[in-house]
Amino acid sequence: MGAATLFDKIWESHVVRDNGDGTVLLYIDRHLVHEVTSPQAFEGLRLAGRRVRHPEVVFAVPDHNVPTRDRHLGIRDPIARLQVETLDGNCRDFGIVQFGMEDRRQGVVHVMAPEQGVTLPGLTLVCGDSHTATHGAFAALAFGVGTSEVEHVLATQTLLQKRPKTLLIRVDGALPAGSTAKDLILAIIGRIGTAGGTGFAIEFAGEAISALSMEGRMTVCNMAIEAGARAGMVGVDAKTLAYLKDRPLSPKGEMWERAVGQWRRLVSDPGARFDRVIELNAGLVAPQVTWGTSPEMVVPVDGRVPDPQAEADPVRRGSMLKALEYMGLSAGTPITGIAVDKVFIGSCTNGRLEDLEAAAALLGGRRVASSVKLAMVVPGSGLVKAEAERRGLHRVFLEAGFEWRDPGCSMCLAMNDDVLAAGERCASTSNRNFEGRQGAGGRTHLVSPAMAAAAAVAGHFVDIRQGMG
Amino acid sequence: MEPLRVVTAIVAPLDRANVDTDAIIPKQFLKSIRRSGFGPNLFDEWRYRDRGEPGRSNEGRPENPDFVLNRSRYRGAGILLARDNFGCGSSREHAPWALLDYGFRVIIAPSFADIFFNNCFKNGILPVRLEGGVVDRLFRETEATEGYRLTVDLERQEVITPGGEALAFEVDPFRRHCLLEGLDDIGLTLQHLGAIEAFEARRRQEAPWAFL
Ligand code: SF4
Repeated sequence: MGAATLFDKIWESHVVRDNGDGTVLLYIDRHLVHEVTSPQAFEGLRLAGRRVRHPEVVFAVPDHNVPTRDRHLGIRDPIARLQVETLDGNCRDFGIVQFGMEDRRQGVVHVMAPEQGVTLPGLTLVCGDSHTATHGAFAALAFGVGTSEVEHVLATQTLLQKRPKTLLIRVDGALPAGSTAKDLILAIIGRIGTAGGTGFAIEFAGEAISALSMEGRMTVCNMAIEAGARAGMVGVDAKTLAYLKDRPLSPKGEMWERAVGQWRRLVSDPGARFDRVIELNAGLVAPQVTWGTSPEMVVPVDGRVPDPQAEADPVRRGSMLKALEYMGLSAGTPITGIAVDKVFIGSCTNGRLEDLEAAAALLGGRRVASSVKLAMVVPGSGLVKAEAERRGLHRVFLEAGFEWRDPGCSMCLAMNDDVLAAGERCASTSNRNFEGRQGAGGRTHLVSPAMAAAAAVAGHFVDIRQGMG
Repeated sequence: MEPLRVVTAIVAPLDRANVDTDAIIPKQFLKSIRRSGFGPNLFDEWRYRDRGEPGRSNEGRPENPDFVLNRSRYRGAGILLARDNFGCGSSREHAPWALLDYGFRVIIAPSFADIFFNNCFKNGILPVRLEGGVVDRLFRETEATEGYRLTVDLERQEVITPGGEALAFEVDPFRRHCLLEGLDDIGLTLQHLGAIEAFEARRRQEAPWAFL
C-alpha cells in the first residue's frame, strides 16, 4: 500500500464486505446511545425479534433531557421522564451498560465516552447524534447516524456506508493569546461554510492542532459537523496516548503496549493524497462571535454585524436578512456593542475541565453584570464537575454569580428546563445558533468559554485581548 | 418500509437555504418514543404562531398564513422543493419521520446535508438532487402556476414537468433498489452474517482491545 491518510487506514481495516456498488459494509467497534434517538431503534429490534449483537460494546447515557438541578427529585416533565425510563428499560432488557442519572460518570455522551476510554484510536464509533465527530480527536473514525442506523448497528454491528472524500485542513502557526480551539473551528466554518465539508471526512493537522490539548482537539472535531462533515479527526501523538493511559476501558499492561504499537501508525503518511486541502494560519485567528442563525455567520470580536446589501448572491442575502431579523440586530453594529441576557457555559463542545478553567481564569474575582439575568455553568460530566470542585472552580463561579449545575446537554439544545425565552440573547459555548435552538425565539451567539465569561461580567461582548477594561 | 416507484403530487416551494432539522421538527417533539405522528408539527415554529407542545392537539392553533404549507394552493403537497443544504444540523431521524407523516415522499433540492440525505432513504423518502439552475426554474414555475404538479419516476430516474420535459437525476443503485422494493436494510445485512463473523474473528486477533 502506498502513502495512506489516517482516514484510509481506519476505513480499510473495517471493511467487512465491498458491495461493489460504491458502498461497503463497515464494521463498527463502539456504539454510544442516548435517550432521544434510541427508543424507536429498540422498538424496531423488538418488533423484528432481533437482539443486540454485541451489547458489551454499547454504552448508554441519558443526557439530552436530564434536569441540571435537584436531580434527586427526578424528571418533572412526564414525557421526558418516559424517554429516560424507556432507556433504562431498554438497557436492562438488552444487557447494555448505562451510566444513569445518579451515576457520577453520567454526562454528555461525547464527554463521557473519552473519559471512560470507550473511545480509542483506530476504532470506528457511532452514536445517534451528529456531534459524534468529537471522538475523532483520538484518531478514531466517529460519526453521527440516524435512528434506523442505530438499529442497524445494534442488530449487526455494521453499517452500510459510502466512502466519503478526504479533506485535510492544515493549520500552521500559533493561536494568538485570547484565541482558543473554539475560535479556530468557528473561523474555519466561517471560511468554508456550513456545507464546505459535506461529503468529506476532515483531518485536522498542522502545528496549531498539535499544540492543542486533547480537550481542544475535541472542540475542533466536535464542530466538524457544523462545517457539513460527518467526521473530523486528528492523528495520534504523545498527547493522545497520555490522555488514554489508565482510563477505565483502555487496554492495560501488555495489551496497552501492543495497542500503542499500532496506534502510533495512526497518522497520515507523508505524501498521502487528500481530495481537498485547505491551509490556514492560526496566527490570524481572533476570538470569534457568531451574529446569525448558522455557525458560518461569524465574525471576529472586533468586527461588525455584516451588511446583507453588500452580499451579491440573492439566496445568501435573503438568509442574512432573515437572520438579522431573527437576531434583532442591524447591519454595522459593532459586536462589542451587543448586550446579552444570559450566559451558558457547557455542552460537548466546551463543557470539559479546560473550558471551565479558562472561564474561571477570566472571571478572576469579578462578578456577573447586573443586567445579565442568568449565567450558568453546566459541566460536561459528573467527573468534570467533581474535578472542577476539587480545584475550587465552582467557588469562583458561584462567587461571581454563576449557577453551578449538574451535567447534561442543558441549554445547548434546551430540551430540559434550561431555555431562553423569546427575544433573549445568550452568549453560549455550545455549537449551534439555529433559530429556536436554545428556546423558541431565543438568540444565540456562539463563543469560547473565556469570551462567554467576559460577556457575563461586562453584560456585552468584549474583546478579551484588550483586557476586561 | 413503503416502496416508492412513481410519485405525482403538488409541489410546495420552501424558498430558504440551510433549512436545518431543528426547523423541520423542533426539539420538544423529540421527547416522543414513537416514530409516527410528527406530521402536524412539521416546521412547527414557522407554521404556527404559538409554540407547539408534544402531546397537545394542534386543532385550533393559530397558523401563520404566510408560511408556504399554510397557503391553500399548496395543501396536500407531496413533493417539497427546497434550497441548498436542506436538512443540515442534528441527526434526528424525526425530521424525515415528520416529512413523511405530513405526506412528503420526495424532496427536490440542489444539495442536502449528509445524514439527513441518508435518513430519507431509510424511511421511504426520495431526496432528489437537481442542479441549482434547474431548481431555480422549478421554483419559478411552481410559484407561477397554481396546482403545479411534478411526477417523479424513480425507476427511470426522472422528474417530469407538467410540460412533459424529463429531468434526469442520479441515485445510488442500491438505495434505488431498496426504495423501489421497500426493503429493510437489516434483513439484507444479516444475509452477510458469515462475512461479519469472519471479520470479527480476524479483528479479534489483530486488535483484541477493540472487543470488550
Ligand atoms: S451537548 Fe449539545 S451538541 Fe452535544 S450532544 Fe448534547 S445537545 Fe448535542
